[in-house]
Amino acid sequence: MKLTLKIWREGGVYANGKLETYQVEASEHMSFLEMLDVLNQQLIEEKKDPVAFDHDCREGICGSCSMVIDGRPHGPQTGTTTCQLHMRHYKNGDTIVVEPYRAKAFPVIKDLVVDRSAFDRVIQSGGYISVNTGQAPDGNAIPIEGDTAAKSFDAATCIGCGACVAACPNGSAMLFTSAKVSHLGLLPQGKVEHERRSQKMVAQMDKEGFGMCSNVGACEAECPKEISLENIARMNRSYIGSVFSSE
Amino acid sequence: MKWILQFFTSSIGQKIIMSLTGLFLILFLTVHLIGNISLLFQDGGASFNAYTEFMGHNPVIQTVSKGNFLFIFLHAIQGILLYFKNKSAKGSKYAVSPKNNVSWASKNMALLGTLILAFILMHLGHFWLRFKFFSDMPSIAYDGVEILNAYESVSIIFSNPIWVICYLIGLVALSFHLWHGFASAFQTLGINHKKYTPILKGLGYGYATLIPLGFAIIPLYMYFTN
Repeated sequence: MKLTLKIWREGGVYANGKLETYQVEASEHMSFLEMLDVLNQQLIEEKKDPVAFDHDCREGICGSCSMVIDGRPHGPQTGTTTCQLHMRHYKNGDTIVVEPYRAKAFPVIKDLVVDRSAFDRVIQSGGYISVNTGQAPDGNAIPIEGDTAAKSFDAATCIGCGACVAACPNGSAMLFTSAKVSHLGLLPQGKVEHERRSQKMVAQMDKEGFGMCSNVGACEAECPKEISLENIARMNRSYIGSVFSSE
Repeated sequence: MKWILQFFTSSIGQKIIMSLTGLFLILFLTVHLIGNISLLFQDGGASFNAYTEFMGHNPVIQTVSKGNFLFIFLHAIQGILLYFKNKSAKGSKYAVSPKNNVSWASKNMALLGTLILAFILMHLGHFWLRFKFFSDMPSIAYDGVEILNAYESVSIIFSNPIWVICYLIGLVALSFHLWHGFASAFQTLGINHKKYTPILKGLGYGYATLIPLGFAIIPLYMYFTN
């Protein structure tokens, strides 16, 4: 299939950034990233600068791919990362607009690559459990109710790709942060530091310059792992509770 | 005391201000509508005038009314601050606007809020300001006691089709604002539950429809029966 791509180019010769139009010949069996690989091969052969984009596992689990396709982070397929989006969802002659994530806390490094290290700093501020490592505990030594374990696991499926921030009209990172807070806080090992963790991670999130949640729900709609807004409510509860009950 | 300041300047704290003041204003709307229904009684305004006389001179109501002004102010100021902070946090816009199933109201709360604020200012100018500060307002005597004839002021305003339309526009904005705001206030407070959230959402949609509709009946009824 023949496609017209309008890709955001920024950095190098494109100092202020602009949408550049390219033609590419792709097969329906390709993933979206493989289609971009074909385009880059073409650009390299023409001695032009290839399009920079983030990618790593290409299995939908690392959270590296990070582009906005026709206004939607990770493209039109719900619950799918860009690398798992296949070209069979497009038809011959389609025009596709590809842009980087837009949020002040995620500055563009080059083309479609943005700096998501703000997420790393949010994790470093409290997204861990402070226990001494040792022998791995026996699987069923600590009983955990099934539903609770499932909720924690659902939150843990967050791959930290940043689609929530990209989709949010406020550039808020509440869905990401709350997924991390919920994942740890729901389990007995993480519960000990739950409230302190909420306070620290929210403080860091604010410091990074993310916007404020206004419960639009675009994050939940675009999240490739379908993380629920329920997690944001849980983080709000623990944050409010910890601010007023801690000494 | 530093912690209080820290809380109310944190992202969640600022949202809590929006949520709590919003919930108070939702309660206020209910009381306001219940009182205003007396405008529809066919008694030449006697019950509405008695109601305004009571509201205007009851010390408890007067205290709550000051709180109400404060909460409207807080909700508006905090809303404006959030709008600008969020706008700057988003930075630049996408070339293609996203097509996803999020409600239009949720993305336009600031615009709707501005319309409502303009409406409130017009509304205060029409009634509250005149009742409080104008000395030549019409009065009426019931059993020898002279009181303010608020009913007449209302019917003068609602005999003008332009004002009726302005009121209806304000109420449509209010309806959309409540459509998102009602359930959103609970989510911000951390109230999200498999059993209760669908009920709260349903209540919110019902409230956002019925309350503005109830208010809208008053100017329409008064315009067409005058």
